[in-house]
Amino acid sequence: MNNFGRILAVAPPCAAQQQQARGMATLKAISIRLKSVKNIQKITQSMKMVSAAKYARAERDLKQARPYGEGATAFYDRAEVKSTEEKPSKLLIAVTSDRGLCGAVHSGVARQIRNELAIDDSNTKVVCIGDKSRSILQRLYSKNLILVANEVGRKPPSFLDAAKVADEIAKLDFQEGKIIYNKFKSVVSYQVSDLPLYSLDAVSKAPKISTYDSLDDDVIKSYMEFSLASMLYFAMKEGACSEQSSRMTAMDNASKNAGEMIEKLTLTFNRTRQAVITRELIEIISGASAL
Amino acid sequence: MAALARSFRPAMRLLSSSRPVVTTKRGYADEMSFTFAAANQVYYVGANVKQVDVPSFSGSFGILPNHVPTLAVLKPGVVTVYEADGSKKEVFVSSGTVTINDDSSVQVLAEEACLVDELDRSACQDVLSKAQSQLASASSAVEKAEAEIAVEVGQELVRAAA
Repeated sequence: MNNFGRILAVAPPCAAQQQQARGMATLKAISIRLKSVKNIQKITQSMKMVSAAKYARAERDLKQARPYGEGATAFYDRAEVKSTEEKPSKLLIAVTSDRGLCGAVHSGVARQIRNELAIDDSNTKVVCIGDKSRSILQRLYSKNLILVANEVGRKPPSFLDAAKVADEIAKLDFQEGKIIYNKFKSVVSYQVSDLPLYSLDAVSKAPKISTYDSLDDDVIKSYMEFSLASMLYFAMKEGACSEQSSRMTAMDNASKNAGEMIEKLTLTFNRTRQAVITRELIEIISGASAL
Repeated sequence: MAALARSFRPAMRLLSSSRPVVTTKRGYADEMSFTFAAANQVYYVGANVKQVDVPSFSGSFGILPNHVPTLAVLKPGVVTVYEADGSKKEVFVSSGTVTINDDSSVQVLAEEACLVDELDRSACQDVLSKAQSQLASASSAVEKAEAEIAVEVGQELVRAAA
């Protein structure tokens, strides 16, 4: 019974909408719509311009940051560091930003994390850099979130930002981790990638660590703290560049779609106006002939 | 027996000359792949240089090609790079890491770096005096430690700029 009530309540506005769609759209309604679409197009166009400028800078910065990131990960590759634990406590770091309207940049990162959490979420913690990944992950996995950094994305990321986040992450306890970010490939493509993180324990037990000379725990610890910051910095730069390029494409598409819509609406507007004029003429003429 | 040896020897020589020349190309005979980057600038990427002197917390040391693999943490100071053509480049670094891998690749990653020639002496002096006043007014242990680091960087900056 309850259900019926709800359906009934929904039905009347439905009918009204249908009627309007069938051609009852008045000249006024169309012109209001046309105006709003035009405004939207203006906004998306200027957003595109802004992100194009930001993208150019982000790409220049990224060129500088790439050797830095590669340098930071080189040691872990060469020393063949692997996690030793059977069931390690994991840490996932999502590198996104606060701002949307940039295609699937943030949802791609969040999806990757969701997939990992779907396999096993008992011993996995998530650190979100940027509000977007938090708002996506919060609904299902709010108990896994331990740290959220926001105010990301307004300005290009700096090393200080990365160092602050790294400082907080260094306080957390984990045995293995991943930084999940968007790797920038070209203006039209990016790829969700990850950088591995290890615990001090895993590094000091790595098979090739013995080839490295004169290491003590203190050096490895400071080394790892710094390399965490530099990897985060690199990931944030990649993410920022992907985001801007993706926003540029998204806004370009939005402007194009708005253009199409404006064309259609203008056509409907002109037709309706003509119809109104014709109808009025007919009314006048038939009125005159009836006299 | 001697005859046998005599006829055998040319054959041996033939064998050895027909075999492709296997030079021990380990990739690090006397070359190093040197990467030097800071967060604000990249100086070298995979470059071949003669020698690199770095200041580290376990003491300053020079890196030549084929150095034993190690890790080190950079101290504020001047990194000196001797390039393959003999020229010398001095770069001031604030902090960072040095990685020397077993394939003779060397990565020096600095938080901030700047060419020594571009340092302004009076500005360096300012940094030092500011850090010293910060140290004097520091109350908590963390603040004090931070100020001490700033003073150390300032002192090294002044020394490098002099």
